[in-house]
Amino acid sequence: MKIRLQDHILVPKHEILSKEEAEELLKILGISKEQLPKIKASDPIVVEIGAKPGDIIKITRKSLTAGKSVFYRLVV
Amino acid sequence: MIPKRLAAIKFEVLSPQEIRRMSVAKIVTPETYDDDGFPIEGGLMDTRLGVIDPGLKCKTCGGKAGECPGHFGHIELAAPVIHVGYAKLIARLLNGTCRECGRILMKDERRDKFVEEIRKRIAMNQNYDDIIKEVFRLTKAAKKCPHCGAEQVEIKFDKPTFYYEGEHRLTPKDVRERLEKIPNEDLPAFGIDPKIARPEWFVLTVLPVPPVTVRPSIILETGQRSEDDLTHKLVDIIRINQRFLENREAGAPPQILEDLWELLQYHITTYLDNEVSGIPPARHRSGRPLKTLAQRLKGKEGRFRKSLSGKRVNFSARTVISPDPAISISEVGVPKEIAEELTVPIFVTPRNIEIAREFILRSEHPKANYIVRPDGKRIRVIESNKEELAEKLEPGWIVERQLMDGDIVLFNRQPSLHRMSIMAHYVRVLPYKTFRLNPAVCPPYNADFDGDEMNLHVPQTLEAQAEAKILMAVQEHILSPRFGGPIIGGIHDHISGLYLLTRGNKKFSREETIQLLRALDVSEVPVKDEYTGKEIFSYILPKITLEFKAEVCQGCEFCKGENCEYDAYVVIRNGQLLKGTIDEKAVGAFKGVIIDEIIRKYGKEEAKKFIDRMTQLAIRVITSVGFTIGIDDIEIPKEAEEQIEEVIRNAEKKVDELIKAYKEGNLEPMPGRSLEETLEMNIMRELGKARDQAGKIAGRFLGDENPAVIMAVSGARGSMLNLTQMAACIGQQSVRGERIVRGYTYSNRTLPHFKPGDLGSKARGFVRSSYKKGLSPIEFFFHAAGGREGLVDTAVRTSQSGYLQRRMINALQDLKVEYDGTVREQTSGVLVQYRFGEDGVDPAKSYRGKAVDVKRILKEIIEEVKQYGE
Repeated sequence: MKIRLQDHILVPKHEILSKEEAEELLKILGISKEQLPKIKASDPIVVEIGAKPGDIIKITRKSLTAGKSVFYRLVV
Repeated sequence: MIPKRLAAIKFEVLSPQEIRRMSVAKIVTPETYDDDGFPIEGGLMDTRLGVIDPGLKCKTCGGKAGECPGHFGHIELAAPVIHVGYAKLIARLLNGTCRECGRILMKDERRDKFVEEIRKRIAMNQNYDDIIKEVFRLTKAAKKCPHCGAEQVEIKFDKPTFYYEGEHRLTPKDVRERLEKIPNEDLPAFGIDPKIARPEWFVLTVLPVPPVTVRPSIILETGQRSEDDLTHKLVDIIRINQRFLENREAGAPPQILEDLWELLQYHITTYLDNEVSGIPPARHRSGRPLKTLAQRLKGKEGRFRKSLSGKRVNFSARTVISPDPAISISEVGVPKEIAEELTVPIFVTPRNIEIAREFILRSEHPKANYIVRPDGKRIRVIESNKEELAEKLEPGWIVERQLMDGDIVLFNRQPSLHRMSIMAHYVRVLPYKTFRLNPAVCPPYNADFDGDEMNLHVPQTLEAQAEAKILMAVQEHILSPRFGGPIIGGIHDHISGLYLLTRGNKKFSREETIQLLRALDVSEVPVKDEYTGKEIFSYILPKITLEFKAEVCQGCEFCKGENCEYDAYVVIRNGQLLKGTIDEKAVGAFKGVIIDEIIRKYGKEEAKKFIDRMTQLAIRVITSVGFTIGIDDIEIPKEAEEQIEEVIRNAEKKVDELIKAYKEGNLEPMPGRSLEETLEMNIMRELGKARDQAGKIAGRFLGDENPAVIMAVSGARGSMLNLTQMAACIGQQSVRGERIVRGYTYSNRTLPHFKPGDLGSKARGFVRSSYKKGLSPIEFFFHAAGGREGLVDTAVRTSQSGYLQRRMINALQDLKVEYDGTVREQTSGVLVQYRFGEDGVDPAKSYRGKAVDVKRILKEIIEEVKQYGE
């Protein structure tokens, strides 16, 4: 039986950004893809959501200080 | 001058050709100077390598000493020698390549895959050490060359510079021949760019000789020359090199040649690094180890940390600090002698030329020390030339006038662990020789007056002065970015003083009141015969409304609020202290609720004024009331002593019972604990309880008026535990959180005074005496054992946290919060956080670490609505 990592309470929400969303994000931040924080393509959660190198992943975490915090990582 | 920018720095390995190409002289003789004291041609001080003696000229560039930067020479080594710095890499390469054909011990396709992976990592600016490590691991494991089929023998690396193939020792010459065979195409897989470094270059055949300017000799008072350590080492190298050559020419037996070769290897190894493990360091005649190349660069005293990263400054001063409660927290008392030496530049304009002229003409303290003309010439202002200079003064000149009252300076105490370690203060020129500071600013600097010294820096441009005033002034740092509360506030006597003033309903006569308030800028004091302490404190309070529990709060189960019988519930309405005692919680550094409220309601300036007034009032109160402690303040009556004795006796009896139960096997183990652990925990708890009870008894008999008790409960200094230990019972001593068990391990006892296996309270470090009564010799021993642990802990912790801090600073120094709230690395623009700290809150502007203080906002709105309703 394979457990979905996403269902675990300690795993925050991971989503793949669409091409438009990704471009929008990079435009707002004014940086190139390589300057984003990275995540390995072999990372279990990346494998599970099926992201490919070059994709940008949006991670929505619960935060003690901010309630909800959003983080983006580039799959490499 | 055109500003130039370095795009990149690349490090390469010098090839023998390169070394010869840049060399201006071949060095052949170990002699340095001839009988007349002139440098010998072909010697280590050859004038072609540059000159250091005044009068001589460099033969290469013609420059005199100071002009000529120096030029490299070289030594042709009679036999190749391993470079220690590359010894390990050489070992890996030897094991990673074929002993016959020199190819990498892996198939070409596989090699290309690794090379490609490394290339990718480099393109992404990522670390590729792990890939190279993998390549070395795989190639070392290979038994047979996939290219020529030769069997591989593992090469043993014997530190620092020897290689063995089985029993057979490889000479550096053999090593070099093998490295030469490695083809360029295989090198990238080992992380080596053949254009930058060929592996055979790691074995030296030519040694560069650094210019004389790098290793200048010094002339002692006796007129004798003393050569630099590097020169000494180079002399050794040349001497052995020549001997080797001569012996080989003469056809000496191979054994002798081998010994000389090894000696040459030793000298070159120590020349490069004199702290290599495995070989004895080369020593000076006096027995001092030589400081060779690696030692010049390495460590805290090395070229990088001391000479390049380390900065020295002008316009600074350092002296001992001492307290002065009469000056503001934003001021610093500067000794007149220092003020006369330090200067502030006046950039002369038509508007200030008259002022500048006045400074030049003065002959006492705030006068001009120097003037700087537009051509950059500095002229010292002295009595004889001041009139002339004042006359000549024109806009565009700079007058350097002495430091005076009202100037802004930076004040610093090391270690500078946080930004509050350097703050801007206003100068007060004072007599005597110490820097004076208000004791209320001790906490941010972590300063005390047991001999601490501090540094002072004078900003030299208007921009720097403005920045200091706006960003670094003391009042800007009352709220700490660490926890969002005040870090500046009352300490020690300030807290005791205000406690004495506001506790209960003390009355002060009109005379006393005026005495207390006269130095403060308090104007509206109504005419009355009697004032309560709470009223007097209210005169210095801005209009704030606040309710909180004081430090003296006993933590009752049910809080009676305003009607607290201990006067521990503080009620301030409209700037009037109605109920409660002012103590550490109200005005102390780190706690200071009142300071917090003022700064949020009226701002930093008002908070500063409050702290100034508060500290002065407190000091006046404590001096007029009188406050002191002595040995008799921890004296407790006979009755109390008996009670304490009783408590301890009971506890000891209980411990004995526990031990008895344990020995008889009647002790019930606690869940998840062994029998022994259970016993230990029970004993510890019993004895801890006994001490607490003893403390309570002592506290009761000491009474609330006892000055030591006042200090402890108000939070001024010390704790009730300290008092317990002084007056009643010191209690259990511990090492590593356990009762003291170590000592004579083989007989299982701590000291020979006890029977083996004695688990009783006395035998395991329970100290029943008080500090006042004194310890028995056995107790003293246990106390020393426990005390030592504390000392060791602090010593270890400071060094560890210091190094941790250094690493953190190096890792984080280029991170900056941008205007869009993101955190980015400054040079590469790499993004680290999308929002600073996830919530984007500046902790210094937060309320005790929280982004919004909902309670406060609610309170304010309710207040407003109430007023509006009326």
